[in-house]
Amino acid sequence: MNKRITISPSPHVYEDTSVKRLMFDVVIALLPALAISIYFFGMGAIIVTLVAVVSCLAFEWLIQKYILKQEPAITDGSAIVTGILLAFNVPSNLPIGIIIIGSLVAIGIGKMSFGGLGNNPFNPALVGRVFLLISFPVQMTSWPIPGGFKTGYADAVTGATPLGIVKEGLGKGDQISDLMNQVPSHMEMFYGHMGGSMGEIAAAALILGFAYLLIRKVITWHIPVSIILTITIFTGILWYINPETNADPLFHLLTGGVMLGAIFMATDYVTSPMTPKGMWIFGIGIGIITVLIRVFGAYPEGVSFAILIMNSFVPLINTYVKPKRFGEVVNHG
Amino acid sequence: MSTTLLFTIISLSALGAISAIILYFVAQKFKVYEDPRIDLVTEALPAANCGGCGYPGCRGLAEAMVKADDISSFYCPVGGNDVMATVAKILGKEAIAKEPLVAVVRCSGSFAKRPRLNEYDGATSCIISSSLYSGETGCQYGCLGMGDCVAVCKFDAIYMDKETGLPVVIDDKCTACGACVKACPNRIIELRKKNKKDRKIFVSCVNKDKGGIAKKACEVACIGCGKCVKVCPYEAITLENFLAYIDPNKCKLCRKCVEECPTGAILEINFPPRKEKEGDAENTETSKTGKKENE
Amino acid sequence: MLKTFAKGGVHPAECKYSEDSRIEILPLPKTVSIPIAQHIGAPAKAIVAKGDKVKVGDKIAESSGFVSANIHSSVSGTVAKIDDILDSTGYKRPCIVIDVEGDEWNETIDRSPELRREINLTDKEIIAKINLAGIVGLGGATFPSHVKLSIPDGKKINVLIINGVECEPYLTSDHRLMVEKAEEMLVGIQILMKALSVNRALIGIENNKPDAIAHLTNLVKNYPGIEVHALKVQYPQGGEKQLIKALINREVPSGGLPLDVGAVVHNVGTAFAVYEATQKNKPLFERVVTVTGQLVSKPSNLLVRIGTPVSNLIEAAGGLPEDTGKIINGGPMMGKAVNSLEVPVTKGTSGILIMSESESKRKKEATCIRCAKCVSACPQGLEPYLLKKQAQLEKNDTLEQSGVMDCIECGSCSFTCPAGLPLLDYIRLGKSRVSKIIRSRKQ
Repeated sequence: MNKRITISPSPHVYEDTSVKRLMFDVVIALLPALAISIYFFGMGAIIVTLVAVVSCLAFEWLIQKYILKQEPAITDGSAIVTGILLAFNVPSNLPIGIIIIGSLVAIGIGKMSFGGLGNNPFNPALVGRVFLLISFPVQMTSWPIPGGFKTGYADAVTGATPLGIVKEGLGKGDQISDLMNQVPSHMEMFYGHMGGSMGEIAAAALILGFAYLLIRKVITWHIPVSIILTITIFTGILWYINPETNADPLFHLLTGGVMLGAIFMATDYVTSPMTPKGMWIFGIGIGIITVLIRVFGAYPEGVSFAILIMNSFVPLINTYVKPKRFGEVVNHG
Repeated sequence: MSTTLLFTIISLSALGAISAIILYFVAQKFKVYEDPRIDLVTEALPAANCGGCGYPGCRGLAEAMVKADDISSFYCPVGGNDVMATVAKILGKEAIAKEPLVAVVRCSGSFAKRPRLNEYDGATSCIISSSLYSGETGCQYGCLGMGDCVAVCKFDAIYMDKETGLPVVIDDKCTACGACVKACPNRIIELRKKNKKDRKIFVSCVNKDKGGIAKKACEVACIGCGKCVKVCPYEAITLENFLAYIDPNKCKLCRKCVEECPTGAILEINFPPRKEKEGDAENTETSKTGKKENE
Repeated sequence: MLKTFAKGGVHPAECKYSEDSRIEILPLPKTVSIPIAQHIGAPAKAIVAKGDKVKVGDKIAESSGFVSANIHSSVSGTVAKIDDILDSTGYKRPCIVIDVEGDEWNETIDRSPELRREINLTDKEIIAKINLAGIVGLGGATFPSHVKLSIPDGKKINVLIINGVECEPYLTSDHRLMVEKAEEMLVGIQILMKALSVNRALIGIENNKPDAIAHLTNLVKNYPGIEVHALKVQYPQGGEKQLIKALINREVPSGGLPLDVGAVVHNVGTAFAVYEATQKNKPLFERVVTVTGQLVSKPSNLLVRIGTPVSNLIEAAGGLPEDTGKIINGGPMMGKAVNSLEVPVTKGTSGILIMSESESKRKKEATCIRCAKCVSACPQGLEPYLLKKQAQLEKNDTLEQSGVMDCIECGSCSFTCPAGLPLLDYIRLGKSRVSKIIRSRKQ
């Protein structure tokens, strides 16, 4: 035998998967929602997405190359996911400069400052989004009104989101039944005909993406289901107590970033717990904090904050919530 | 506005003062008495926390030395005799002086001399590779080349030579803490006397196979021929399991064995270049006398 | 719903190329090298010397303790030397090398092919015979069988489990044995049942062997107490603990043995060997080995004498393919890569798997993205990503608390990792370090 054979420890076969593939599966799962945004917001959606993705990739490459002096690894696709998610979380008429700042914060502070992929405690896209929301509150909350494909960008007609309308109305003492007439119907909201961040509007498209992720076994159902269940139950109780001051559970699920957050943001591998039990705790926490912010807080929307807050509990959850070991002797008192 | 400011400053200062008082009393209450000499000794030690002394870090050694009546059994290889003398002075005890040591790699099986027969494709770690099989070459005793020794060195005193695939010790940086000796699963690294001008003679091979097998696996293997044993005037060389070993305490660095070795397994390091044939005897003579002066 | 174990597991491509190849007898080699350490426990002590004449089935090395096994000559001929030879452990180990001359069997061995059903031995005699015949677990673990059958006082065994799962991809030696030697195997199971004094035996078979399941289900009607169960195709279904969980829904406690839950597990190959030892007086000196691989021109199941060089087997399966990248002793999940073709077949060799150059390279390592796929794949409920990190940092105390000793080294974590991290490499290292510490603590 003149050729050198390979010796390696077992196992000798591997599942046909890679980090890159998982990331691109997420990108594919995000495409239906992107299509809906383009349909409703026109060129704005395309520009915002492109700018966010390109700047995220560029910042990651630059930071890895010149600051961390590593081999740039932007081909793994994680920066693309961050870029798309950041774009999905901002209005479709956001000035380009602000998007670039958001990308810098997302990648630079949210991700690379902790050591890059796999080490960041917070979801990078949400770090970028929350930074922008606090720094540029006006631009970040002027939501273009959806209405067919438009080529215009910055001059879009803006309006409030359903959540904003309800929040403001309730603040003035209006009744829910009156406010419901001012917002789109539940069915319209389901397929995305409402004001809001670019990618969060169409629950239908996001659920389609969720199905794809489940089929491809990219994520498990635990986190999205636990968030959605918690929000449904919590707002359901409030609604049951007083339907005139609290919106119905379905309204809460279909508006704002619940679907996008539950399916794509909270399930980010790096910043979510490792065990199913931990995922339940994580999801329930997000659900409760979201509703608390929405109903009792100052902001009309709280998904981003809820996810970031629960992100910070993930190391704790991972330390204390362990999978049940095979043959573990259960101590009955 | 100014009252708010004033109130803020006052309340914060008060808070700080109260906390300080609480902390002071708590510290008093839970104070643990510690021999002040421990701090002094710790300061005198090199603070490398390498564990080369066998204690958990420099402070661990300091505690042990302060507690002990006789510190002659302790030694900080990194600090060497100077540090030990300082410590002895602080504690008023006797320290023994040791000859400085340095790590040597006892394998010369480079890519060129020791052909690779298979390819390892696993976690880059000698110990994992060695738990799996005997290594990429025909020699199951020599360097595995994954650099476990480099990974454990806290002093950057050892690196992998990409040309040869073998680790190289930087004598000036090596503190003889022994971390690499412990890390090497094949135990090819040894701590040997530093000698004058870092001169060293040692058998750079640990192959215990019979001559023919060893030679087939590696050109520069010790084949156990015993020529060096015969030529050594000081009986410093022993032969066991087809492998020669030079006792550093008996070796007088005469270099006779180096010439005698048919495979070139015995290395001489940091010696001046040899003169032509007739100068040879003279040369060995000087190194011998040099050694004596050293003692 | 097919039975399976409770958690974790993966499903590698099955690739059972040789499942329809009948067991063939491999021609005798010119020389055999029989390692004296082919089992878990103390190596046997050689009782022959250079120049001795031996017959097939003669004892050539003697068990050197309770957990040890006798070794018998697999050929007739002259002992050429006792020397260190590279074996499947990857190291040179003492082997008895015998030059083959003819094929003369020890007279006590019954070579007739007819089935002997009646069992005339008592339980003690059966165990003694199994010990004498040097039988070890033929599934790959090579744990001496008589030890498993000697139940310590105070333990009650109520079920015998026969492992016909063969969850490793590629391998088919157990499968063929179940199809071709079913009757012998069932008698073997009866003997094992008698040795353990149990009246119930369960055979677990993965559902990808429908012919074996059908054949055995049909035959067990004549063997009271023996049941056949089809199991879901899921790796590591054949792990002892997983199989017990799947079949009788009992969990072997952490650090415990199957007999703590009243079960004993034996492999189908072992059951066949037990039949041959007790009914035919034939010690363990040959076994069925699968030679397979995508590139192998004739994937085969061969009856091979222990000590035969692997190269002979590969020759019989159509020769070494041009593009060979790796040769594995065992299956692709837990088998060991060998570094020479002259490595001898041992009692634990269930297969020789040849992989192509491209198959044999590992994935490029990326960073851990904490996807938790390893956590959900681990059949033992461990957290491989954490164990790997702790092993790398040599945190032996926390490693022990994290349950590293529960790891069965099935490789599911490394298999599933999208980042291609060598999880098991480090976990195995950590496990060996921790077990060393535990051992020293006991002393």
